[in-house]
Amino acid sequence: MNTQIMDIQTQYLQSLQIKKQPAILQIKNLNVYAEKQHILKNINLNIPKNKVTVLLGPSGCGKTTLLKSLNKLTDLYRELRVSGQIFIEGDDILNTQKNVALIRQKMGLLSQKPFPLPVSIYKNVAYGIHLKGVKNKDLIDYNVEKKLREVGLWDEVKDRLHKSADSLSIGQQQRLCLARGLAVKPRIILADEPTSALDPVSSKIIENLFRELKKHYTIILVTHILRQAQRLADNVVFMHYGEIIEQGTPEQLFKNPQSPQLREYLVEGN
Amino acid sequence: MHFKRRITDRVNNIWMVATLAIVLFLPLIMGIALYAKSIPIFDAQSLPSLLGSSNWSPNDGKFGFWPFIFSSIYVTVLSFIFSAPLCLFAAIYLTQFATRRLVHFMHPVIDILAGIPSVIYGMWGILVIVPFVGDVLAPVFGVKTSGYSILAGGIVLAVMCIPYMLNMLLESFNAVPTGLKEAALSLGATRWETVKHVILRKSFPGIISSFGLGLAKAFGETLAVMMVVGNMVQISGNPFKAGYPLPALIANNYGEMMSIPLYDSALMFAALILLVVILAINLIFRYFIYKTQKA
Repeated sequence: MNTQIMDIQTQYLQSLQIKKQPAILQIKNLNVYAEKQHILKNINLNIPKNKVTVLLGPSGCGKTTLLKSLNKLTDLYRELRVSGQIFIEGDDILNTQKNVALIRQKMGLLSQKPFPLPVSIYKNVAYGIHLKGVKNKDLIDYNVEKKLREVGLWDEVKDRLHKSADSLSIGQQQRLCLARGLAVKPRIILADEPTSALDPVSSKIIENLFRELKKHYTIILVTHILRQAQRLADNVVFMHYGEIIEQGTPEQLFKNPQSPQLREYLVEGN
Repeated sequence: MHFKRRITDRVNNIWMVATLAIVLFLPLIMGIALYAKSIPIFDAQSLPSLLGSSNWSPNDGKFGFWPFIFSSIYVTVLSFIFSAPLCLFAAIYLTQFATRRLVHFMHPVIDILAGIPSVIYGMWGILVIVPFVGDVLAPVFGVKTSGYSILAGGIVLAVMCIPYMLNMLLESFNAVPTGLKEAALSLGATRWETVKHVILRKSFPGIISSFGLGLAKAFGETLAVMMVVGNMVQISGNPFKAGYPLPALIANNYGEMMSIPLYDSALMFAALILLVVILAINLIFRYFIYKTQKA
């Protein structure tokens, strides 16, 4: 009897919390295995809308795998087995009958290293717009310019839009990749240590961009840089060996860590 | 001690450069030797008539190589048409879509195909492909043939080229970074669109060079082709007719080349043509790759 009341109470509290921060992404019982390794262990997580959620943790803890599961890029890795549910705006991307390619367009990806498509700067940004079925050239031109301006790249590349994207510096390439992702009008930006390959100046630019972008987008950022997490996060999720250990606001987690793993990480990480 | 180490270093450097020089000059030396041996035939007949004439009667001192060159090109092109699309699609499937178990199974299969001696391919050609062409394919097209034909040569050659082309294609598709595929997928591309727009484009130089390697291998392959191609000096656009490619000419007549005047020189010239053509194929494809990589 008593436990029943407790259950109802916790359910009520949980639903209250979800209501407080409307979730755009809900992860339920996500498990990922690679061969005999259990990479993600029963992940349950709600990602609040229009906030920056930082996935924090030591390397090899499953942050990147979690991020890639969110838009089902795990398809590309034949050794991975994925089970569970990930809801984005009502669709379970892992088990849906709908076109996964369309659901993926709700999320823009920024990876550790920039991977520009082997085409021109212009076509890199236009590619996703094309895939959305837009044929009108003026509209594509307009969007390409707009997105390149949003990432502050337009003035640097406007005279060489039809040159190969490989001619850009790494920092510029990373901003191009961001512009390319934004061009498909995603709701969520998935960023996997987006500054780890960049020099300090380029990193700063990307971070500032994120600060701008969080007004309009939900951002899920994987990082192991504690200061970056502190600067950008609204929510921090601390992971360790494939499990979520703690989550909360940066103040809660960094000032008052509950688990020994996080305490150790904060000491070692700084 | 220090002195001894410096000497060792110097000596090792020298022999490494020397071995490299051997590798470097080997094709050049071969080319020069073949050219020197073919000089007598150049004196007897002009180069255009050697290459363009189809009058082949060594006993009368007439050496027209065109039927052999034609056969060689025909067999090579046929084998390329059969093997290139097959390898391309197989490589795409194996690298992008196949299960890991299938990939693990296919690798040794490809290596075995590459390791089979060409005489076995020739035997297989005689036992399977020649009857297939003669008894099954030819009636469909309303042609009468023994089966020993350019077509049979093309098919056998295609099978022989598959492991080489396929291995190189697999390598170049596997070299495409996963991050690039992730980028395309996350932009909303389907798996096939990712293959078409990103993977094929990114590995274009690799595709071209594997095709080049396949062509060069097909052009020079001797024994298996010789066993199924019929070896008749004639020019015909009909693939059911027999042909006589250059390598077969050299291999078949090498034993008796001393019996007829100028014959040895003519065969050396045939070898020189082979060498030059294979060199040219390689250079053209290299230039193409260089151009596409720069663009």
